[in-house]
Amino acid sequence: MSPRPGFVLEVDRSTPPTLFWHGEGYRLERLPIGSRVLYAPEPHHALEDPVGAIRRALLEPLGDVAPLPDQLRPGMRLTIAFDDVSLPLPPMRRPDIRQLVIEQVLDMAAAAGVDDVVLIAALALHRRMTDDELRHALGDRVYDAFAPHGLLLQHDAEDPDNLVHLGVTDEGEDVELNKRAATSDLLVYVNINLVAMDGGHKSVATGLSSYRSLRHHHNARTMQHSRSFMDQDHSELHSSNWRMGRLIAASDIKVFQIETTLNTDTFPEQFRFLQRREWEWSAKDRATFMASSAALARTPPRLARGIFHSIRAPHRMTSVQAGEVEAVHARTTANVYAQQLLEVEGQSDVLTMGLPYICPYNVHSIMNPILVACLGLGYFFNMYRGRPLVRQGGVIIMSHPTPWAFHAGHHPSYIDFFEQVLTETTDPVEIGKYEESFATDPWYVHLYRTGHAYHGVHPFYMWYWCAHALAHVGSVIVVGGDRAAVRRLGFTPATTMADALELASDLVGPDPTITHLHSPPLLMADVQ
Amino acid sequence: MSGVGGAVRRRLSAATRFPFGAPTWPGALPRQAPERGLGVDYGTDWARRYPARLARAMVVDNITRPLAHALAAPAVRGQELLELVEPPVIVVANHASHLDTPLLLSVLPRRLRHRMVVAAAADHFFDRRWKAHLWAGALNAIPIERHRVNRRSAEVAGALLGEGWSLLIYPEGGRTPDGWLKPFRGGAAYLSVRTGRPVVPVYVTGTRQLLPKGGGGLRRGRTTVTFSPAMSPDPGEDARRFGARIEATMATMADEASTDWWTARRRAGTGSTPAVGGPEAAPWRRAWALAQGSSDRHDEGRWALRRRDS
Repeated sequence: MSPRPGFVLEVDRSTPPTLFWHGEGYRLERLPIGSRVLYAPEPHHALEDPVGAIRRALLEPLGDVAPLPDQLRPGMRLTIAFDDVSLPLPPMRRPDIRQLVIEQVLDMAAAAGVDDVVLIAALALHRRMTDDELRHALGDRVYDAFAPHGLLLQHDAEDPDNLVHLGVTDEGEDVELNKRAATSDLLVYVNINLVAMDGGHKSVATGLSSYRSLRHHHNARTMQHSRSFMDQDHSELHSSNWRMGRLIAASDIKVFQIETTLNTDTFPEQFRFLQRREWEWSAKDRATFMASSAALARTPPRLARGIFHSIRAPHRMTSVQAGEVEAVHARTTANVYAQQLLEVEGQSDVLTMGLPYICPYNVHSIMNPILVACLGLGYFFNMYRGRPLVRQGGVIIMSHPTPWAFHAGHHPSYIDFFEQVLTETTDPVEIGKYEESFATDPWYVHLYRTGHAYHGVHPFYMWYWCAHALAHVGSVIVVGGDRAAVRRLGFTPATTMADALELASDLVGPDPTITHLHSPPLLMADVQ
Repeated sequence: MSGVGGAVRRRLSAATRFPFGAPTWPGALPRQAPERGLGVDYGTDWARRYPARLARAMVVDNITRPLAHALAAPAVRGQELLELVEPPVIVVANHASHLDTPLLLSVLPRRLRHRMVVAAAADHFFDRRWKAHLWAGALNAIPIERHRVNRRSAEVAGALLGEGWSLLIYPEGGRTPDGWLKPFRGGAAYLSVRTGRPVVPVYVTGTRQLLPKGGGGLRRGRTTVTFSPAMSPDPGEDARRFGARIEATMATMADEASTDWWTARRRAGTGSTPAVGGPEAAPWRRAWALAQGSSDRHDEGRWALRRRDS
């Protein structure tokens, strides 16, 4: 049976309560009659022969480039860069797509007699991946062949000896890139395009660059002019990356882009109710929901976090494209939209969302308050094309426990940002004056380069990610969050969804129109 | 005693509510039959064989009728008009409550009620095997696809009319969510045009107060059942026009239920019959307008409301 498209449900008296994610847990909330609930399209069918599809994509590339085997020759320098641990979410079951693709590329490189091959995790300013994470992403064969010989690297954006400044774009943007990638005869980039924002020129121009480059588009002004950053035709973030990408291409750096799309089969069988529509829950689904809810309510947060982060998603590949960056990305984006896009008629006064336990920056880690804000106001708010789901001056209601908790190893600068910057101002533009001091702090640089810490400037980027939403909405309410943490973010705490709706009506008037984003599984609203 | 009963009922209700019990289905969504041989594909022939008919007649006459009269105290208007029609007929009624069907079966004359099949939503009454058996056996229900045109549903209903079975059908396609009539679907008019059998419009009031859609227990109260003269399609009249005529007749009967026969007829004559769909307004205003209409009544409609409150 073909997967059903997404749809917009109007809540009526017969509608059962709606599932809201709430961090490491979930709740059933009864939305007012007339509210709209956006349900994601069902997962598309996976490719029956993914390995064959990858091989065909490499042999029949898109755009004006030769098939991959024709670009490989003995004595050449080949670099294979790949997306880091922030993709996909949740991490997928083995075999990871990166493994399938890279094994095919390496097979062809071996057949062509290429000796000088290096693999690089394209971290940008993210934390370094652990050995287990690398092994999971690349598989045992690739990991064991490259890691022991020092040929499996992680991009270091703070290593001046391994960066090269390629020049400046027409708009005055510095383009600085990983030296190994920039000096290779061929750079193969392996993407997992989980959302429409991923891929394209952003892969290399962001993933393998440095703070000197990133600051040109990772800032409040760019994010406020990206409407949304999931819609690359109206995204200043993408415009900037495209300018940089074209400069990279003009610098004689040959990039062979490989992009893959996933279906939205997000949760394993035991959590399958999380992606079913509530009125279709079977007795088993209901029993699982009640048993897991009751158990999670009695589970210490640390243990609950461990349980959820051990989830491996049954995502499957739905398409693979390879070749010239822009030609590949156009096809990939169409495939992402085909899986995730949902037409929605008009905006509403209030947008509600249940935030899950994971975002791109807390894999195997804690979802601290800054990441809660980023997931809700950065990612979920921006999952639109056309206009935001909530009207200008409307209210966003997010459900998440928002604990005052940080992972000291992964997010050291977040702690200081939370204590020192957000106590001064929550204005994304105004915080810019503190950015430089965090970005160049030697202790944060040391932790980024030698430990598993996000770069010192990263919490600023998370807050910039919220800039468009913060400028657009009148108020943000967090249901069930740590009240002090929520207030520190500049948001309003509420105990229950009913309280939150009551608070919202003070701002947007009685009987507000309400839209609930029933996600994950991921969906992107095409707002007419 | 009622306090204890109420508490028990509330507890039972909470214990059977989602997620403990099965989820309810959003009204706007079509429901698919989960198993083969269910929904519109469920065969109901067995329910019209002699043993099933005999058992059902005994239940309807000895249990359903006394219970319906005790609970709903129906005041029947225009029942004598039924003497003028030759079965089989297509009985068309507004639908506000699950009580409507047993109530109507209780007030119909014997020659109709024991040869009556009830068109029931395939996605609601025939989605589980036990439900399909129950409703086919107890009410002689046949599954009808209500969200889209289904040839099989129409063929089954037409064939049964041809075999002499009368048909009870709710052209709104489901119970009203707020008391106002929903727009009519064309199935009854289509069947009448196709088979040539007359349509008998019936208007029921009061059942929504006794057993409303979406919650609340069964209450005692009074109801009114008003029969209208049978209608047949005019020569050359198509199903769409005939359907509109049936709907207009129901609007007049609704008006009659809240005023009196003469007022309703005069309004119908001048084309000023109030719209039965209620005002195009927010839910509370629709409820308000409906309550306003009820309070204007001289009859048992207001009584029923008071009984509910007491």
